Amino acid sequence: MLRYFTIAIFFLFHLNVNGQEIEMRKIEGGVYVPLYGSQEEVQVEIEPFYMDAKPVTHQEFAEFIKQYPQWSKENVKALFADASYLTKWTADGEVPKHLINSPVNNVSWYAAKAYCECQDKRLPTTDEWEFAAMASENSIDAREDSLFNQKIVSGYEKPKTYLKEVGQSTPNYYGVYDLHGLVWEWVYDFNSIMITGESRSNNNTDANLFCAGGAVSANDLMNYAAFMRYAIRSSLKARNTMSNMGFRCVKDYDKNELELNQ
Amino acid sequence: MKTHRKTQTRFTYLFFALLFPFLFAACQQQEEVVKSNRNKNEDIKVVGTMKAELTAPPHVPKPIGKRTAKRLFVDMEIIEEVAEMDNGVEYVYWTFGGSVPGSFIRTRVGDIVEFTLKNHPDNKLPHNIDLHAVTGQGGGAEASFVAPGQQKTFSFKTLNPGLYVYHCATAPVGMHIANGMYGLILVEPLGGLPPVDKEYYVMQGDFYTKGKHGEKGLQDFDLQKAVDENPDYVVFNGKVGALTGENALTAQVGETVRIFFGNGGPNLASSFHVIGEIFDKVYLEGGKSINENVQTTLVPAGGSAMLEFTVESPDNLVLVDHSIFRAFNKGALGILSVSGEENHVVYDEGTEAIPYIPQSEIAENTPPQEKEVEAKVEEPAPAPADFDLQNSITKGKKIYSQNCLACHQAEGQGIPKTFPPLAGSDYINGHPEKAINAVVNGLTGEIKVNGETYNSAMPAQRLSDEDVAAVLNFVYSNWGNNGTTITPEQVKNNK
Repeated sequence: MLRYFTIAIFFLFHLNVNGQEIEMRKIEGGVYVPLYGSQEEVQVEIEPFYMDAKPVTHQEFAEFIKQYPQWSKENVKALFADASYLTKWTADGEVPKHLINSPVNNVSWYAAKAYCECQDKRLPTTDEWEFAAMASENSIDAREDSLFNQKIVSGYEKPKTYLKEVGQSTPNYYGVYDLHGLVWEWVYDFNSIMITGESRSNNNTDANLFCAGGAVSANDLMNYAAFMRYAIRSSLKARNTMSNMGFRCVKDYDKNELELNQ
Repeated sequence: MKTHRKTQTRFTYLFFALLFPFLFAACQQQEEVVKSNRNKNEDIKVVGTMKAELTAPPHVPKPIGKRTAKRLFVDMEIIEEVAEMDNGVEYVYWTFGGSVPGSFIRTRVGDIVEFTLKNHPDNKLPHNIDLHAVTGQGGGAEASFVAPGQQKTFSFKTLNPGLYVYHCATAPVGMHIANGMYGLILVEPLGGLPPVDKEYYVMQGDFYTKGKHGEKGLQDFDLQKAVDENPDYVVFNGKVGALTGENALTAQVGETVRIFFGNGGPNLASSFHVIGEIFDKVYLEGGKSINENVQTTLVPAGGSAMLEFTVESPDNLVLVDHSIFRAFNKGALGILSVSGEENHVVYDEGTEAIPYIPQSEIAENTPPQEKEVEAKVEEPAPAPADFDLQNSITKGKKIYSQNCLACHQAEGQGIPKTFPPLAGSDYINGHPEKAINAVVNGLTGEIKVNGETYNSAMPAQRLSDEDVAAVLNFVYSNWGNNGTTITPEQVKNNK
């Protein structure tokens, strides 16, 4: 009984970190074939997990820094973030008013990972992120839906979408907002697929990914959107930061917690 | 038998003994061949450093002249930006240096190019560059792969003189090229290319938009059309009209023009042709081999050609992809405006046109002059208040360029002795009924305009009353004409 109580206290605490509730949505797990495995039909099993409903905002990140000042613009170690870290913020580390509800950007992988861990969450894996992101409003796998894909690709082409506010678009099947259309998002294993700068040779480990780049297959629209995500991830190092890169957190689905919560 | 075999054996020995020096020599020779296969340009000494001049199309940097090979710093920024593709049509271009095609790079053989590629922090995508002038991994693709907000530097030695395409090679490669990520790098031979009077940079590309050709607004890239190789736009220098009107290329009669022509694709090969010219020289495929007296040269996607020609007559030479629907329906059209004295030996406009009326039709022919007289009877009513003149003029401009410009010319100046001027014309100013009649019924026979006699034939124009009014309002509101307003009702009443 005491054990359950402790867990309950703990649970309440970490959901209410910084005095505000960060909404999460349950992603029912499943089995799917990610893009890079498509030629060998490698299926990946996704365990159920919770995902932040919205990308982390500038405001939320500023509150995190209040608690963990080692991640402020001033204090951050050069090893963990490059010179553009939080570059949209003022010189004294304030969030400009017009960005408060926009997704935080110019954060490094290290900073994103620390943010999630400090809330007892973690960054999603590539497979988890891609799994959640293949859902449209009413389908858990809309990758064959040409309209859905066209929208994603055209979103990737539009400049300065990082200025938009989070949660303004229609949520997807799981109730998750803005996986597409605002910013790229860090994933835990962003550099696990060894894509080289050469996107065309066929003797690399990424052969599956980029050979298919030249092939016309039934699902190539889906591939185009995904190619761009894999390409951006592989171009980065963990300390790099970008105007168009933010993140959100996930945490494992724990049956016990769920029961307690209800 | 035995002796015979012995003899044979001996002969065999002898044969090998004789052959041996040859074999040896052959080996040696082969070794020499291997040595000479090595590109000697690798040994060209590099003396000093300089920053490369980069230019946006249609301009090219200054020729290298006699300069020594140097360590050449090229500094290129990748910018993703919205720009106009056609009147009212916008597109998100991905560019090398802010232009499509990207900045022109001019080097000489033996240079060591130190290339820095910068990806603007506001960009969304990683990019890289594959220069066809590079011999090395991916033409630099892997070494230059760079995320937004980062920069990378790599270097290469220019071994082979020629004109080379460069392009982005990041997945999805086709899309990066389709969005404008290509340009040209020139490697001049020892001593430089022969000097010419004018040099220009023109590059063809095909574009695939969500909406059809001409559909207004910001257009997304259409992947399916790209895969089907069915472009909405085929253009020179990234947009419709990049080389026409105010942007036309220019030259003087007697000058030699060199065009560095590239084809970025991503899909179509170009049948490049200049209307009213013959290429005196074509450096085939941008390489060393020169063909002479060429009408149309085929330039593959991801390929180039250098074209040289001397311009002999004052004229608007028209650059086209002679796969001709691309020129007139998809935008692959440019102008090289040549000014100067006419040379009647090279080209003479010939005699005035006189009416040609087949015998069989003479009987039916009604002299149009009579109609004019009838039309003169009543002065046209003033325009009603609700008539939108400005809108009519705007519409008329388009109709003019489609129906009238070929004869009456862009500024309404006409062609001396053949097609009468509309600019400041005493024939139409003060006589709107004559103007309406000419457009509606055509005009054949002798007329006098501004003191000059013309004896020519204008066909009747198949236009609605509204369009006739529009084109006349355009004419009357330009080129020093008196600003008469014509309404569709007037056109109707004058018919």
